[in-house]
Amino acid sequence: MDFDLSEDQELFRETTVKFLEDTCPLTTVREWAESEGAGFPRSWWKQGCELGWTSMLISEADGGGSVSGQGLVDLSLVAEEMGRMVSPGPFVTTSVVADVLSRVGTSTQKDAYLPGILDGEIIGSWCVAEPNGSWLPEDTTLEAVKKGDVFHLTGTKGPVEAADVAGVFVVTARVDGEPTHFILGADTPGVSVTKADGLDLVRRFGMVEFNDVVLSRDNVLGDVGAATEQWERGVEVANVLQAASMAGAMDKVLSMTIEYAFDRYSFGRPLASYQALKHRFADMKMWLEAVMATSLAAAEAAETRPDRSKELVSVAKAYVGERVPWMMQDCVQLHGGIGVTWDHDLHLYLRRAVQDRSLYGSPAQQRERIASGLDLEESNA
Amino acid sequence: MPENLAEMEDLEAFRLRARAWLAESMPLLDGRTNHQIMADDEECVQARALQRILFDGGFAGLCFPREYGGQGLSREHQSVFNQESSPYEMPVVFNVPTFAIMAATLLDFGTEEQKKRHIPAMLSGEEMWVQFLSEPSGGSDLAGLVTRATKDGDVYILNGSKIWSSGAFRSDYALCLARTDGQATKHRGLTCFILKIHQPGIEVQRIMMVNGWNEFCQEFFDDVAIPEENIVGALNDGWTVASRLLYHERDAVGGGSKFISGSSGHRGAQGAGRGDLVDLAHATGSTQDPAVRQLIGEARALDLVGNQLIARTTKGIMAGALPETAGSIPRLFMATNTERHHDIALEIAGSHAGAWAEGDPSGGVGNEFLMRQGGSLGGGSNEMQRNIISERVLGMPREFAADKDMPFDEVRHNASPSRPS
Repeated sequence: MDFDLSEDQELFRETTVKFLEDTCPLTTVREWAESEGAGFPRSWWKQGCELGWTSMLISEADGGGSVSGQGLVDLSLVAEEMGRMVSPGPFVTTSVVADVLSRVGTSTQKDAYLPGILDGEIIGSWCVAEPNGSWLPEDTTLEAVKKGDVFHLTGTKGPVEAADVAGVFVVTARVDGEPTHFILGADTPGVSVTKADGLDLVRRFGMVEFNDVVLSRDNVLGDVGAATEQWERGVEVANVLQAASMAGAMDKVLSMTIEYAFDRYSFGRPLASYQALKHRFADMKMWLEAVMATSLAAAEAAETRPDRSKELVSVAKAYVGERVPWMMQDCVQLHGGIGVTWDHDLHLYLRRAVQDRSLYGSPAQQRERIASGLDLEESNA
Repeated sequence: MPENLAEMEDLEAFRLRARAWLAESMPLLDGRTNHQIMADDEECVQARALQRILFDGGFAGLCFPREYGGQGLSREHQSVFNQESSPYEMPVVFNVPTFAIMAATLLDFGTEEQKKRHIPAMLSGEEMWVQFLSEPSGGSDLAGLVTRATKDGDVYILNGSKIWSSGAFRSDYALCLARTDGQATKHRGLTCFILKIHQPGIEVQRIMMVNGWNEFCQEFFDDVAIPEENIVGALNDGWTVASRLLYHERDAVGGGSKFISGSSGHRGAQGAGRGDLVDLAHATGSTQDPAVRQLIGEARALDLVGNQLIARTTKGIMAGALPETAGSIPRLFMATNTERHHDIALEIAGSHAGAWAEGDPSGGVGNEFLMRQGGSLGGGSNEMQRNIISERVLGMPREFAADKDMPFDEVRHNASPSRPS
């Protein structure tokens, strides 16, 4: 979190914190993991939407609006708090859909879905990953075959977040090899969803199959073959929110571990008095501040520095995604055996962080993206 | 100009004025770096001349108060000036320690007379300063120093030795921490003095490092008389001054100082890192090697995160959300980042790190690797930074000290070194 939030941002953040604490403490998260097929009750998501969770990336003209004018920075506050609470909900994926729809959707497309996304009646999800394991849009192989005025879509996307409860999908595909986004209702004939497995207890996934789904020009977001920018922006939105979520989760886990180090005694002294451990805590404090700094810088860049956002978001995802799971494992180590038990909450955070790390481009993929932006063209020298 | 932001020159107006002045007054770098130029200007003749030009032009000491020869401007003005001055040769050698550490400390603790006499002289390039803190008898245990200053009439007589002062051979003055009361506990018997370096009784020897660098010095003091008016801060309260000096040092090395002028002030910004790793990959023909690209992506990410961390920590300290001791956080990050950069460079250089054809651009990486730990040792080792962060940022219990509450003369310590013949 930034050190100088505006009063409005602070209010927005506090409202979300209070709501999350009241409605889904970790005990509730564990209950919903068992009782809720989607990982959360729809009524709960709608209450969150009333707080503005889905409004930040939708323009005012489209009925949305942000707190500070930088919607992704505002939304990162929510993501961070959700990380701290391992909150459920289709937060990342529906944010990508809200963003792209508000940016490039036609008025018909917007009218069909945005009001529902705003009030939580409709959940949007981005079908970007493919079963081969890639979550980056540039690796898309799904082809929409153009025949006359329509497109025929056959193939599988997934894992897709919140696939079984989504009402609308944005599908990353190619038309004649060129990047294209389609938007379609989940009830479109030929679309079917099956469950997928995932590490997080409440952030659920499914596989979406398209069996000769016939789409028209009205289903295209923006122009045919011109979705590269949308693809980039989608990855940026997802990774900014995931980085913020990991930052929040890490902040919470490190606080828990520091508290434990003060409270836990061995050989008559608190763990926090051992230099071998103090130095590890010092490193973790340093990494945590770095994680906070870069996730925040990524959010700001995505909103204000279009020329730099690709690199800075990749930097954040590469750094946070690699560092946080290591740090969490070190916190497990510092807790001792209790840290690898089901009843201890550490694994809830670890599950979320590993998922955030792995989806929408791994740290290694981000490092390659960073390198590809540097002057590493093959030289003739 | 008053030090009130509202009444300061508008940033854009300042930018244009600086741009025009720089174009007219300062030499272009012309493909070289300030650090390369510094290497050829050992006695800093050129650097002193350039500093004088900056001073006369009203662009020296932007963030220093006007009454001491500065410009009374804000950090933002300095940042603008750093951007504008990047194509030009700048006397960056003055940044650390003279401006960011020594002048900053003098500003905090010097008497009015000391400040008026020395800070303008620093800003105009006449005086280059160093710190005489560390001693051969002890590294991290700074307060356990054994150099003595014994009162004799209205002077103090200095005997002992200091080490790791960089560029002392070409510098003019030092802040020297010496023991003035052996009966007090170790932190309470120290006093900080302004010491003229080139005078009878002081011998300065240069130290050759493993990579051939010989900027560091050791000094030997043999009955050097220091006037009483050269005491900085209070008698026997030198630890307070030294602590502040060390704070400024962490700030300077960690990249947070507003007194640094010119774009290559700290290692994080110019680094063992970005451009040179890309050049290295070209030189070794490995730009398309996926493993090399991973390493370069990692190094680039670490550099950017380091700069973001500096900005965050500086902001946090200024807002009071982080304690001043949090300055150790970027300091530790920069040091460990530098270690990682050396590892990465070594990896990309491949066999060229071990043996190379004369003039091979990828040669020399191994030689630099020999100094990999330099940044993790100087200015308080990484281990000391970790103590500071855990104890003074996180509030964990302090380490046991065997010399606590004892008169220093009764504390077991290492002997003062004898002077080599």
